[in-house]
Amino acid sequence: MMRRVVFPVLLIAGLGGSAAAQVGGDPERGEELFRSDCASCHQVGQGARNRVGPHLNGIFDRQAGQVEGFRYSEDMMLRASAGLKWTFETLDKYIENPRVFVSRTRMNYAGMESAEDRSDLLAYLRQFSADPADIPEAAPTAAAVDHDVAPEILAIVGDPAYGEYLSTECTSCHQESGAANGIPSITNWPADVFVTAMHAYKDGVREHNVMEMMASRLSNEEIAALAAYFENIE
Amino acid sequence: MKLNRRAFIGTAAAGAATLSAPTVMGQGNGRPRVVVVGGGAGGATAARYIAKDSNGEIDVTLIEPTRHYYTCFFSNLYLGGFREMDSLGHSYGGLAGDYGINVLHDWATGVDRDAKTVSTAGGYTLPYDRLILSPGIDFVDGAVPGWDISVQDRMPHAYKAGSQTELLKAQIEAMPEGGTYAMVAPPNPFRCPPGPYERVSMVAHLLKQINPTAKILIADPKQNFSKQALFEEGWNRHYAGMIERIGPDFGGGNVEVDPEAMTLSIDGAVENVDACNVIPAMKAGRIADIAGITEGNWAPVNAADLSSKMDENIHVLGDACAQGDMPKSGFSANSQAKVCANAVRGALTGTTVFPARFANTCWSLIDTDDGVKVGATYEATEEKIAKVDGFISETGESADVRAATYQESIGWYDGITTDMFG
Ligand SMILES: Cc1cc2nc3c(=O)[nH]c(=O)nc-3n(C[C@H](O)[C@H](O)[C@H](O)COP(=O)(O)OP(=O)(O)OC[C@H]3O[C@@H](n4cnc5c(N)ncnc54)[C@H](O)[C@@H]3O)c2cc1C
Repeated sequence: MMRRVVFPVLLIAGLGGSAAAQVGGDPERGEELFRSDCASCHQVGQGARNRVGPHLNGIFDRQAGQVEGFRYSEDMMLRASAGLKWTFETLDKYIENPRVFVSRTRMNYAGMESAEDRSDLLAYLRQFSADPADIPEAAPTAAAVDHDVAPEILAIVGDPAYGEYLSTECTSCHQESGAANGIPSITNWPADVFVTAMHAYKDGVREHNVMEMMASRLSNEEIAALAAYFENIE
Repeated sequence: MKLNRRAFIGTAAAGAATLSAPTVMGQGNGRPRVVVVGGGAGGATAARYIAKDSNGEIDVTLIEPTRHYYTCFFSNLYLGGFREMDSLGHSYGGLAGDYGINVLHDWATGVDRDAKTVSTAGGYTLPYDRLILSPGIDFVDGAVPGWDISVQDRMPHAYKAGSQTELLKAQIEAMPEGGTYAMVAPPNPFRCPPGPYERVSMVAHLLKQINPTAKILIADPKQNFSKQALFEEGWNRHYAGMIERIGPDFGGGNVEVDPEAMTLSIDGAVENVDACNVIPAMKAGRIADIAGITEGNWAPVNAADLSSKMDENIHVLGDACAQGDMPKSGFSANSQAKVCANAVRGALTGTTVFPARFANTCWSLIDTDDGVKVGATYEATEEKIAKVDGFISETGESADVRAATYQESIGWYDGITTDMFG
């Protein structure tokens, strides 16, 4: 009979003493990284608004959890009240592995492994923080999902009570609390972002076999109802 | 979400443990009464949604004998070493404390449909306006000659999770070098169609590390099985030469076991085996039979609200019901429970009953970071729950897609258990 240690030992990225980002990265490359990894949820630049995530103007040297009108996760607010401040170092750690840094953050992002990438990204973001007065004139970065949804569809006012019933189909996987771990959080999204994302699945523009199937049988009104319910869920 | 729960907490404090004293319980203060039997995927979800959404207008009692529910889902991952048993256990404290559900740790032993009461082994009689049964499965007597429930420790089924699963794992770990793990697979319909084959994958994963010359032998009465192409592709890729499946054409449906001698006979050919996992044919949990609402092995229900075709005041959820096209899965039971909860609430308190809609997705793990899934949506027709649309993972998918599928399944596990227990 043979017995050995069986279980593979899982290493959590970000605990393994990897390198920190360095000041002085390349902001142009950072902008590209921002577009590919961040812009689906965050805006930055003049006129930037809160979307799925808070806008990132003036993030450097700001206390965490302070952007007006944005509903943060409980864990983020706990860290904020314990004094978390966004600096080069804390942002670096957070972006490297959000869930290691703030356990149940709603930020559904696996993390940016490369220290060089993070240096570049932070160099880009810093441009929008140096002095809030001179945030560069660039238009805010792309909104959540690049998919055209007819204005009449976006204008539908959803019925949150119907949305609550329909949401029971979502909560077999997505958690009402906004906690996310392998299945993204869908709570407190601006309704238009939610509607756009669902229509992108429905139209097969955004690919995911479960979500395309679920969205395909939702009517425009049902999508609006879900968006209305999830937007204001406590 | 913690909405209007505060009102419940007072009444719930006592409910966290077994209720004591009176024999006829729950006057419900004039509120309509729902009794739920079985605190699993169907029952826990139904109890939680009715209590949560009725804001205290409905008195909900959940009868469940065990204090911790160990999910069958992900129990195969425990066999493979990907999950600890503790991570599969869930208590009823939240349902009692946060939702004001009276949790009674007891067995339901009788249903008086005329008096509309449920009686329990502990001597209680509980009146109901609506009764929801979600008792899961029991095994069909005599389905595998030589096996009955009294030998389940020698030849575990591990098809109800917990100590059975731990026992099976210990037996596999204790197999001699090059020994044989045998599985007697069940005939249709049964709980979790991909379950036996995910289990084979996880046992193979374990054996590959601790006993790489061991063999896996499956005796299967079915010609085909769920996600077959995906499993067979994975077995060839990860566990070449380890797994042998004997289908019905070669006598896989003609088996007999001898638990004393630890042998399995397939079509008359006797094999010595070292661990023998017998998964017999299944039927609805016994209480459905006792209530007199079964036809054959299962309890037929109406698709729109999961009400019994034999008694409009009883609803049957999950594995125990015969509903149509949905597979018997935790996801299905959870989905049916929410439709049922909405209908029961409407019937008892006049809230809006929205049209039924159902969905299911089953993830399976074949090897480290090699996850696959199958899913479908369903609707209620006059006749049954009918499939609308579906998908399945493809063979030959990239490693990235498979790893992402596995990550997703971990998120689903957290999601559904939160949806069940709060
Ligand atoms: C190995 C395995 C893997 C699986 N994997 C998955 C998966 O990945 N995904 C998935 O969706 N499904 C999976 N399933 C299927 C899933 O576990 C079941 O379909 C699901 O649990 C059915 O829910 P239920 O409410 O009908 O029964 P259960 O969840 O079994 O709940 C029944 C409950 O009723 C109680 N009970 C029974 N009789 C009485 C009584 N007389 N009085 C009081 N209480 C009673 C029992 O104690 C039990 O807690 C798997 C199953 C197995 C065996």
